[in-house]
Amino acid sequence: MKYSPFSQEVALGLLATLREEKGPVLMALQLMQREFGYVDKACVELIANFFNKSRADVHGVLTFYHDLRTTPPGDHQISICVAEACQAVGARELSKVVRTKFTDETSDAYCFGNCALGPSVMVDGKIIGRATLAKIERART
Amino acid sequence: MRVFVPCDSAALSVGADEVAAAIARIDSTIEIVRNGSRGALWLETLVEVETPTGRIAFAPVTPEDVQSLFDADFLHGGAHPLSLGKSDEIEWLSSQDRVTFARVGIIDPLSLDAYCAHGGLVGLRKALELSSDELISEVTESGLRGRGGAAFPAGIKWRTAAQATSDQKYICCNADEGDSGTFADRMLIEGDPFTLIEGMTIAGIAVGATKGIVYLRSEYPYAIATLQKAIDIAGKSDWLGSSVLGTTHSFDIQIRVGAGSYVCGEETAMLESIEGKRGVVRAKPPLPAVEGLFGKPTIINNVLTLATVPMILAQGAAAYKARGVGRSLGTQVFQLAGNIARGGIVEKAFGITINELVNTYGGGTLTKRPLRAVQIGGPLGAYFSIDQFETSMDYESLIAAGGMLGHGGIVIFDDTVDLAVQAKFAMEFCAIESCGKCTPCRIGSTRGAETIDLIIQGVRVDENKKLLLDLCEVMTDGSLCAMGGLTPMPVKSAMINFPSDFTGAAR
Repeated sequence: MKYSPFSQEVALGLLATLREEKGPVLMALQLMQREFGYVDKACVELIANFFNKSRADVHGVLTFYHDLRTTPPGDHQISICVAEACQAVGARELSKVVRTKFTDETSDAYCFGNCALGPSVMVDGKIIGRATLAKIERART
Repeated sequence: MRVFVPCDSAALSVGADEVAAAIARIDSTIEIVRNGSRGALWLETLVEVETPTGRIAFAPVTPEDVQSLFDADFLHGGAHPLSLGKSDEIEWLSSQDRVTFARVGIIDPLSLDAYCAHGGLVGLRKALELSSDELISEVTESGLRGRGGAAFPAGIKWRTAAQATSDQKYICCNADEGDSGTFADRMLIEGDPFTLIEGMTIAGIAVGATKGIVYLRSEYPYAIATLQKAIDIAGKSDWLGSSVLGTTHSFDIQIRVGAGSYVCGEETAMLESIEGKRGVVRAKPPLPAVEGLFGKPTIINNVLTLATVPMILAQGAAAYKARGVGRSLGTQVFQLAGNIARGGIVEKAFGITINELVNTYGGGTLTKRPLRAVQIGGPLGAYFSIDQFETSMDYESLIAAGGMLGHGGIVIFDDTVDLAVQAKFAMEFCAIESCGKCTPCRIGSTRGAETIDLIIQGVRVDENKKLLLDLCEVMTDGSLCAMGGLTPMPVKSAMINFPSDFTGAAR
């Protein structure tokens, strides 16, 4: 997945699109991550100043949500569902195997709503059902 | 010539896009309609061909099968090993009672013409003829209860919000379908998003709200894209906007995307999240219907609750409540998941047994090993053994059996499952997802996982089991919301229904 390098100017331009929104902080953080792939440290102060919030408010939101990350992602992102329905068809074992092979880019997730065709894995935003290591490798390229 | 290839993300996960591309490559003159999924997910990718006598189904189709389908003249219903005959005569589907899911899998989700041709907007037009009081009475009369899991009567919630006076009211649709084993909200949004939009518009008219918000989880990128397109289409027609179908009513809908937090499916945590804050639950009262989003009266309903309202208005409350048992009226969209041979959506009236769902529809386990346990109602729901399979699937019977219906998902496990490990996972999940407000949930969940670990290792088993039950009681009684309050349900039900897994001896 392609992201732009962090730039304060771009960030401010994006924040301006949320000027009319009520309760914009989470949306702002999500917007930063969508553009840059992560939420740069500098964004906390930018968002706080832009929406007249405290840095603590923004930091609190940033650290609450599992989706938000503060370091740039790698070239690929693999999320493996390890919730009950996928556990029932071997997700725990699959997660171990995939983690061993793609250590830096694999994370656990809880449910993609594909619970009848598990194990379910999201590779770079694409959903894979009845996932195997081979299918994940194919989707990753 | 029209061929239907589903665009539902479950179908996409097993190659529906590749199947559609393979068909187009061989004959580019075919009109390929990307419908939702009919819900027979083990048959995906289910390809249908429109013929003068009805739609003919072929399934499960892989891209490699496509050439042979053409060779067999599938466009005219030719014989092929994957042919299932007429779609409407597939018993798994035809024996269901599709009300909420009536159009899902049938139509192009983003065709407003197809939507209207299949009964769309009839409910909304009816609603516009009624007074607010009559409209809410109709919803109350239908017996519709909250499908998100709390089962609160929808009409009563609406009445409370309607009676509140405020310059602004909100309709919030809870589409934060985080329970493992549930996917009905996602499939409805991907397969028939206009129904949800219609239900929200009706709710807005009923209580005098002009703004709707759908809180949709980030794990559902396909649903987000489809719903946004549907909202845009409805906005460009005379439906959403300052004059709903030419009347003086005004209604708009915005999507707010979640950020990977399970507890934000709890209604007050969801409100906090929509307000852009940490998803920390609020104490009730005040009820959201009185003081909800941004402090304004707010109706919060699940996707299925709102999406059922148009059908109730179109067909009448009496027709809806003629289905079901006791105080569980109408239909439930059950979801068969996990280690299941024939998984997917089964919409039936309340009162079907676990056995009928899991064995008659589900066909037992995928692995063909003996079925040992089912978890009903998501990660906070109870684990049942096969001894309890004659239990009726309705709100009251499941509570009496020590469980809950939740959002109607059933996860099937074969005999390799270790219920002590599952119980430990329930506690671990709570530790990961707790918002942290209530101590029993925030800390108890970690202590619970540790205690179950000791039981698994055979350390002072009886003493630790007693301690665990005591902890469960504290979590149940001392937590504000269902996260901490119901995490003990899977734990205790596993201990009660599968005692042999809690003896400390390795399974």
